[in-house]
Amino acid sequence: MKARVTVTLKNGVLDPQGKAIANALAALGIEGVENVRQGKFIEVELAETDPARAREALERMCKELLANPVIENYRYELEGA
Amino acid sequence: MKASVIVFPGSNCDRDAAVALQSVTGKPPQMVWHGESELPKSDLIVLPGGFSYGDYLRSGAMAAHSPVTRAVVTEARKGVAVLGICNGFQVLTETGLLPGTLMRNASLKFICKDVHIRPERNDTAFTRLYETERAIRIPIAHKDGNYFADDETLTRLESEGRIAFRYCEEDGAVTDAANPNGSQRGIAGLYDERGRILGMMPHPERVADAVHGGTDGRRLFESLIETSQ
Repeated sequence: MKARVTVTLKNGVLDPQGKAIANALAALGIEGVENVRQGKFIEVELAETDPARAREALERMCKELLANPVIENYRYELEGA
Repeated sequence: MKASVIVFPGSNCDRDAAVALQSVTGKPPQMVWHGESELPKSDLIVLPGGFSYGDYLRSGAMAAHSPVTRAVVTEARKGVAVLGICNGFQVLTETGLLPGTLMRNASLKFICKDVHIRPERNDTAFTRLYETERAIRIPIAHKDGNYFADDETLTRLESEGRIAFRYCEEDGAVTDAANPNGSQRGIAGLYDERGRILGMMPHPERVADAVHGGTDGRRLFESLIETSQ
């Protein structure tokens, strides 16, 4: 099954890249952008077919590698589960 | 002193570190490739600067899980001295041996220049030959050197004497203007609880010989030898 993992910066963590994107959008003349936060999107193909076990594996992946718990939050969804 | 320098794919300061160590200890350090799962007996392990594994995912994230790093963590827990320079500091935070993390520089730019830093303590194996709060001149070369930890952690680190170096003016004053990358509380280097692990963004191995234009980094390596003898 396929999992989609989203990693985002925690609230309160400064995101200079997000700020730069917001500035660039303003420079393009796109109005009304109040804030931009940049994160990561990761697709993972799993051999596992049991959703519960797949979630267990994803928890471990996110905690140990995909996200840095000091500054990032993560969430994931399983396709078809 | 037996020193080991870890070499990851993408390390690029490993040879500079080796030259500095050889010049101070009189013998070449052991170079250890990232695929090794055991380390030769060492009094000092150096995690060098560079871009291990291309900085994929996050700087240091891949290297933190390589076989040799597991061995480094085991040795570090036994009290072997570990020095992480630049990317090595990033690896140390990713392993959890040092708290916090190194984020993108506040300016979003790669910064390569000489800065001043000051040792906050001189009673550790790394800084014995320095004077506290007295500035030394040393280069930085990084894009992800913006030290971040939450306020509670920062206050605890300060109260435990865990700050190794802070960015400062030439006269030793810690100011916002002297902080090149946005690091919280001007932190340029950090110790573990026992003062046996040091992570730092500046490059002492690049000011370890008069031909480098400075020798302020050499005393760090000399301190280590003095301590291990």
